[in-house]
Amino acid sequence: MRYLDAFRDPSLARALVEKIHSLGAGRPPVRVMEVCGTHTMAIARNGIRALLGGGVILVSGPGCPVCVTHDGYIDTAIALGRRPEVVLATFGDMVKVPGTSSSLEKERGNGADVRVVYSPLDAVELAARSPEREIVFLGVGFETTAPTIAGAIEAASRRGLANFSVLASVRTIPGAMDVLAADPAVRIEGFLCPAHVSAIIGSDAYRPLVEKRGIPCVVAGFEPLDILCGISMLLLQKREGAARVENEYSRVATPGGNRKALALIGRVFEKCDTSWRGIGVLPGTGLAIAEAYAAFDAERKFGIEVPLTERETACRCGDVLKGIITPRECSLFAKACTPEDPVGPCMVSSEGTCAAFFKYGVQ
Amino acid sequence: MAGDRILLSHGEGGKRTRDLIRKVIAKRFENPVLSPLLDSGLLGRLEGEIAFTTDGYVVTPAIFPGGDIGRLAVCGTLNDLAVCGARPVAISCSLILEEGFPVETLESILDSMKVAAQEGNVVVACGDTKVVEKGNADGIFITTAGIGVLHDGWRPAPEKVRPGDRVILSGTMGDHQAAILIARNRLEISANIESDVAPLSSMLLEVLAAFGGKVRFMRDPTRGGVGVSLNEMAESSRSRILLDEKRLPVAESVRGVCEILGFDPLYLANEGKALLIVDGKAADSIIGTLRGKRYGRDAAIIGEVTEGQPGVLMRTAVGGLRAVDYPVGDQLPRIC
Repeated sequence: MRYLDAFRDPSLARALVEKIHSLGAGRPPVRVMEVCGTHTMAIARNGIRALLGGGVILVSGPGCPVCVTHDGYIDTAIALGRRPEVVLATFGDMVKVPGTSSSLEKERGNGADVRVVYSPLDAVELAARSPEREIVFLGVGFETTAPTIAGAIEAASRRGLANFSVLASVRTIPGAMDVLAADPAVRIEGFLCPAHVSAIIGSDAYRPLVEKRGIPCVVAGFEPLDILCGISMLLLQKREGAARVENEYSRVATPGGNRKALALIGRVFEKCDTSWRGIGVLPGTGLAIAEAYAAFDAERKFGIEVPLTERETACRCGDVLKGIITPRECSLFAKACTPEDPVGPCMVSSEGTCAAFFKYGVQ
Repeated sequence: MAGDRILLSHGEGGKRTRDLIRKVIAKRFENPVLSPLLDSGLLGRLEGEIAFTTDGYVVTPAIFPGGDIGRLAVCGTLNDLAVCGARPVAISCSLILEEGFPVETLESILDSMKVAAQEGNVVVACGDTKVVEKGNADGIFITTAGIGVLHDGWRPAPEKVRPGDRVILSGTMGDHQAAILIARNRLEISANIESDVAPLSSMLLEVLAAFGGKVRFMRDPTRGGVGVSLNEMAESSRSRILLDEKRLPVAESVRGVCEILGFDPLYLANEGKALLIVDGKAADSIIGTLRGKRYGRDAAIIGEVTEGQPGVLMRTAVGGLRAVDYPVGDQLPRIC
């Protein structure tokens, strides 16, 4: 595991922190958004915010798939789970997310069959083992999980499993970044772009955004040194007055991305409009199951449609997801909303900004 | 009894029950307290302050890399006594068996109970066996209780914890739960990880004999791992604990599995480890003693008690500072 130690080396970290301090010295702080929830967690877990000094303000973005999944989706999943023939297969993070009146956890307590799986392929296996049941996989995610969901659909199709379907809620990141970049309330001056998503879509995927909005983008890995290095690269671009796409995570992410994964996504999914919790409907930022695989689309199979409505609450997940406020500025944080009894999804997900602040924040 | 399976009649009190108890169970634990097979084990007079504990064991799978439910049931109870400074005197063994459970597997589990009890220098003084219908249990459940006598003149003293005291962990963390996770979850990860399940009585009693009140108090970080136990220790001693991430001992294989699955070894269960809060001046000598022992080879000073609000903080490897809180619910693998 020397490989991991190399990206957590304390003396290199110190050197990068000094560089960040000197790049920031005597200038107004630069607002940098870490788009991805895994970055948010890594920053909190490693205590990085406290190291940065006054030259940079880190704001957390919408890159947590569970967090941006809206009530309507959860409600639809719950309605499906109430059908006696249906088994809901889901990633564990989704189980506690509140819908408008219930959650999968509560439904399970009421007798719904909800199974946590580690991979969409486990749900395909479940379908093969249980021909008398309808297995519905809750396909939530970004470009990172999209290829495995697509792979599961192709596998089910190849094996002729008519009792497998996916309730898809898949989103793509660059379009959402573009909307945030244009929002004057958010005021982003640099994007720390996700590691895993970029490994799939490639660093070139951010070029249109950089050209259109003039905001520097740096793809960075999830290790502490990756994050510190990525931040220093963004500050350097700001100092130069430049706006480029740079790739700190070149050991994994390439300019063109993972062609095989992209081809798989292209075969199974097609672009659609989708609703992001707290942000609203963003045209062309969703992936819906393509016509050729309609038999595996739970919405078409069961004749239902995920509504795009949202519940009115005092929860400010939307503002947190856009980086307008930090979790502590929400009146519910750590009072009415805790990981045990969450009001909003940002407190539920293992990658949620509120959960990160709750879990690792130093009072 | 190869090929034989547990039947409901093994629990009905007749000849089959008697045979199972005598020929399979009591035979293995033979000792003067148990062997008369009275309704209670007679322990005689005990000198000193008495410690008493109990725990139920329901692990799946019952046999896992590095041990089985039998070794776990003995060590878990011995360690609960040991971290309270108690020399074990006797344990009980109560079995709940599911109809259809292979007798051969039961025998191998009882064999490892016997070995663990011998290693921990304790007798099995009494027991009970029940059989439930198929589907009403998961193969085998074991409950053990233990009685011990406290090390003379010592008792756990969280109120004596002071800033400057050190926190010691007796070895690597997370091995037990990592081994179970891999065995249970069909994760298709090949990692050579074994549970750390082990009796700590003799090691910890030796530390108490040598250092007495320099050891403030101890916990065994089982369910919830080091992270939860330290929070409880900080709470009960009303102290602030500052951990040093660089010093936390984690086996490379466990670290690897945690990295892949998104688990934090701080919250994974251990079954052969102890946490000690000790006088800062004695910490290095205590580490010396622990490292000379089979189950203390990787012992390390992982943090210190500092001034400030009660709680657990961690100086991260890259120099940051963060809280170490209680986890909520199960740890979940990352999805992105």
